[in-house]
Formats: sequence, C-alpha cells, structure tokens
Amino acid sequence: MQYWNSTYECMPREELRKVQSERLVDIIKKIYHNVPFYRSKMQKQGIEPGDIKSVDDLKKLPFTYKQDLRDNYPYGLFAVPMSEIVRIHASSGTTGKQTVVGYTRKDIDTWAEVMARTLTSAGANRESFIQVAYGYGLFTGGLGAHYGAERVGASVIPISGGNTSRQLQIMKDFGTTHLACTPSYALYLAEALEEAGFKKGDLKLRAGVFGAEPWSENMRKEIEDRLGILAIDIYGLSEIIGPGVASECHCKVGMHIQEDHFIPEIINPDTEEVLPAGEKGELVFTTITKEGLPLIRYRTRDLTVLNTDTCDCGRTLTRMNKVTGRTDDMLIIRGVNVFPSQIESVLLEIGETAPHYLLIVDRMDNLDLLEVQVEMTPGLFSDEVKKIEEIEGKIRKGIESTLGINAKIRLVEPKTIERSEGKAKRVIDKRKM
Amino acid sequence: MLVKQISVFLENKSGRLAEVTKTLGKEGIDISALSIADTTDFGILRLIVNQPEKAEAILKENGFTVSSTSVIAIAVQDKPGGLASALDVLESQSIGIEYMYAFIGKTTDEALVILRVEDSEKAIQTLENNNIKVISSKDVYDL
Ligand SMILES: [Zn+2]
Repeated sequence: MQYWNSTYECMPREELRKVQSERLVDIIKKIYHNVPFYRSKMQKQGIEPGDIKSVDDLKKLPFTYKQDLRDNYPYGLFAVPMSEIVRIHASSGTTGKQTVVGYTRKDIDTWAEVMARTLTSAGANRESFIQVAYGYGLFTGGLGAHYGAERVGASVIPISGGNTSRQLQIMKDFGTTHLACTPSYALYLAEALEEAGFKKGDLKLRAGVFGAEPWSENMRKEIEDRLGILAIDIYGLSEIIGPGVASECHCKVGMHIQEDHFIPEIINPDTEEVLPAGEKGELVFTTITKEGLPLIRYRTRDLTVLNTDTCDCGRTLTRMNKVTGRTDDMLIIRGVNVFPSQIESVLLEIGETAPHYLLIVDRMDNLDLLEVQVEMTPGLFSDEVKKIEEIEGKIRKGIESTLGINAKIRLVEPKTIERSEGKAKRVIDKRKM
Repeated sequence: MLVKQISVFLENKSGRLAEVTKTLGKEGIDISALSIADTTDFGILRLIVNQPEKAEAILKENGFTVSSTSVIAIAVQDKPGGLASALDVLESQSIGIEYMYAFIGKTTDEALVILRVEDSEKAIQTLENNNIKVISSKDVYDL
C-alpha cells in the first residue's frame, strides 16, 4: 500500500481547495466565538467571520506568533473547555516561558492520521515493527510517532530515546523494520551496530522516519548506506500538531504537507506579502481541523520553498523543501533551540559592553559542535593568561547553565568579526542542511 | 623604579606578531624586551619599549587590544645561581611572582630580568635592601 488515505493525499487540487475553504470558514467561526484573543484581533482589523468565504480570504486574517502563545500561557488560546482536552504537550522552553499545546480526542485522531500517512509513505503497514526511539513525554516526537504507528496497525516498540545497547538488542531480537528517531541518533545507532559486530543482514530494518532536527543529503546517504534502509525526512512543530505536519515520500523531493489539515503559505517575512509557489520565504500555517488549539496564520519562522506540482508518487499535496534557515536566527543544536540573543545575554553579564560575537556550528562525528567567538575588549583583557582563561571559563559556564550546551569559547582580536550594515550576522552554520 | 610594560592580545595566527613589530618600527619605537605567553587559541605579547605611552597609543589606533602594566627590571650576575638569589629574596618576603622573562641584554656580565609581582613597591624595597640591582625605568627604556 503506497498511500494511507489516497482520497486526500491524491485529491485533485481544485477539490482540495474546496475542502480547505469549507474547513477554513468553519474554523474561523469557531475561533471568533470561542477565543477572545482572536475575536479582538479580528475586530481590530474590522473582519467578521462572514468575510472569510474561501482560502482566497486567508490573507485578510491576522498572523499568530509564538509570543502570542507565551502571552496566553498556558491555556489562553484554547478553543474548547479544558474538559475536552485529553492531552497536553509543551515545546522546549529555552527562551523564557515554554509554550503549551492541547489536544482534543479528535485532534489526537488527526495527529495519528497524519503520522499514519507518514509511516505508510515509508513503507510501514500492519506487518511492520516500528521502533519509536524519539523521546516520550512533553515533547511531541515519541507519542506522535507512537499513535501513527498504532494507526497503521504495526507492532509498536515504544523504547523512547537513549540506552543504545538495548536499542540494538531489541532491534535484532524483535525484528524492527522501521525506526523513528532523530537523524543524528540514527547515525549513532548505525555506528554502535557496526561496533557491536552487527551486519546489515542481521537486521530486518527497512526504513526510517527521521526528523526533529535539520539534516543534510550527505547525512541521508550515510544513514541509508550504513543501515541499508530508506531514510525519509519528516517535519512538524508542536504548535501545529507535532511530527507529521509534512513528510517525504520515497521520491525524496520535498515533504508533502497534509494540506487537508494545515494550509501552508509562504510570505516575505519583512513585507508580510504572500509569495507564489517556488519562492523562498517564511512558512506560515493555518490549522483547519484542529479543535483544542487552532492557530491562524502561525508564523513558523522557518524559511523554505513550496512546490505544488504533482509528485511522481501520485500525491497532489504541496511539498516543502528542507528548511534552509530561520527568520529569527534560531539554531537547533543537539536538539536544543538556541537563539543568539541567549548567548548575548550571557556575554553582557560578563563584560561591561555589548560584545561582538559569532556562533559557529559544525557537525563532527554526528555530534553538533558550537564554537562561540567573542571579540576581546579592553575591559576583558589582562596581561595574565590565567585571568583571560578565567573569563573564557565564565562564558563557557554561563552558556552551559543557560542552554545546557558545552560550547568552545574562542577569544578573537577586535574588529575581526565581520560587521554588517544591517542586522548583525551572528551565526555561521557549517552543517550544510 | 617601575617599568611600564605594554601587553597586546594576539590571536594565534601567523603574521600577527610581525604586524605589531612592523607597526612599532614604522613609528621609530625600539623594543628592548619581548615575551609571549600563549595558549592554543591566543597569546599575550609583552613588550618593553623606549616610548611606552606612544607605543600604547599607536597600537590602539591600529586596532589592537593593549594594556599597560608596571613591572620591575632587575640585573643579576650572569653566573649559575645569579637569578636564584634574587628569587629567594622575594620568596622570603612571600612576594608572589605572576610571571617573569629575560631581557635581551646588551651588557656582558649581567643578566637582565623582568618581573611581574603582586606588590611591586614592596618587591623593589626588598630587592634593594638585599643589594639586588633594580634598574630604573629610564635606563630600561634606553637600553
Ligand atoms: Zn511524493
């Protein structure tokens, strides 16, 4: 079976538009009446639910930002009474407050549906054994993959992350056919398998669904070669539903967005103008079936390109390319969301002036490495090595306690970090996504 | 008696030391002593020059991170144990030495050494009380 739900996955685009329009009209009515935040936002713009008649009217609606979720922490944007919420997840809250998301029974069902589509496109079915090595808990990865795997009727192995030797043993003994985890963990497992003397033929592993962090084509090739499997990419964010918002098919030419549930738009992040397919910009999602926490024109901050051509796999669903950057400079380092501003505040606590700094991220032996270059200032300088090393140590500790990441600190000479006229360039990501 | 030493922050990459000496040379500044303390990533260049204020200003203008520190210059007999006796004197008074380095001496029978200590005034007094020759800043700059 190639599709999980060919009705929607291969629906002619005109028909899909009609479905989207009906669902959009419906969701706008609901949020207008149930979420004071959206009602007042729409009123301020002079829009009433009746003004939204089809997806063409989407652009009239206001944007929603991550900050709106923080401002309405924890349940302020929920559109149903809490008695209807059956699950709560939260996103990693490294900058200030975490953001909370809630699911009704139907939302969990939708999530299982989109994950079932993802796993099916990776070749999984009721004969499969799916090892879910994403973390279970408040993070949406583990349980999202779990419910999707149950939906396709596979045998789910809910091992969660970590405990690598047990992962290997189970993979072999239980006959795992599909693996769901981060791509870097997949490579780590591949190495561990080789070290433990396993050969490709010892395992029944056929495919893997890898996401939750950016990864390159080279990394895909390496995973596929070393594990002897098909490796496909998956995209998601907890605000929209979790993993499964979009995923690749075997063609590996972009991730199909589950558009009957989430309408994607690409906008110019500065002018907020909607861009046509093929142009790069910020990805914006409107959830049109979610009950617990519907979001209207949610700014993901992810930069990508959409492609609406029918795929060779037969799916008509729009495809998104791998995310090539962020509008807010956020980095994902070893699964942790890192904003340059967090590093900046650590530096400000140590020095007396705003420092020039640069974050350089690289990946070596499948582990993300962060180097923080900081320009030396007269205030930090001393003629004694140990005093300068003390400063380096302070910065390192500050970053570790703020982000939980061990960074290499490199003090550099003044004016050696490139200056820019506009927004300072704070990040060099050498990981080649 | 205190000698002004110029310290410069250098990244460990080729050509940086040459850059400093060239910058100073162009302005006619003469270096009489030099030492580098380095780690894998950076180094601290310490210089004794004939015109320390001017050197500091020039290096700053050229974008270097510079500071000045007071150090002591002493002359010890150029024979085995010559330096040890001076260090013993400081040790006996519990004066800690942060770092030290030798001069490119132009006299023959004396070795010249730069000392950076915690308490310079006390160190000078102690050294002089024990007949160890402390060289005046003027003499040092003129070397
Ligand atoms: Zn496809």
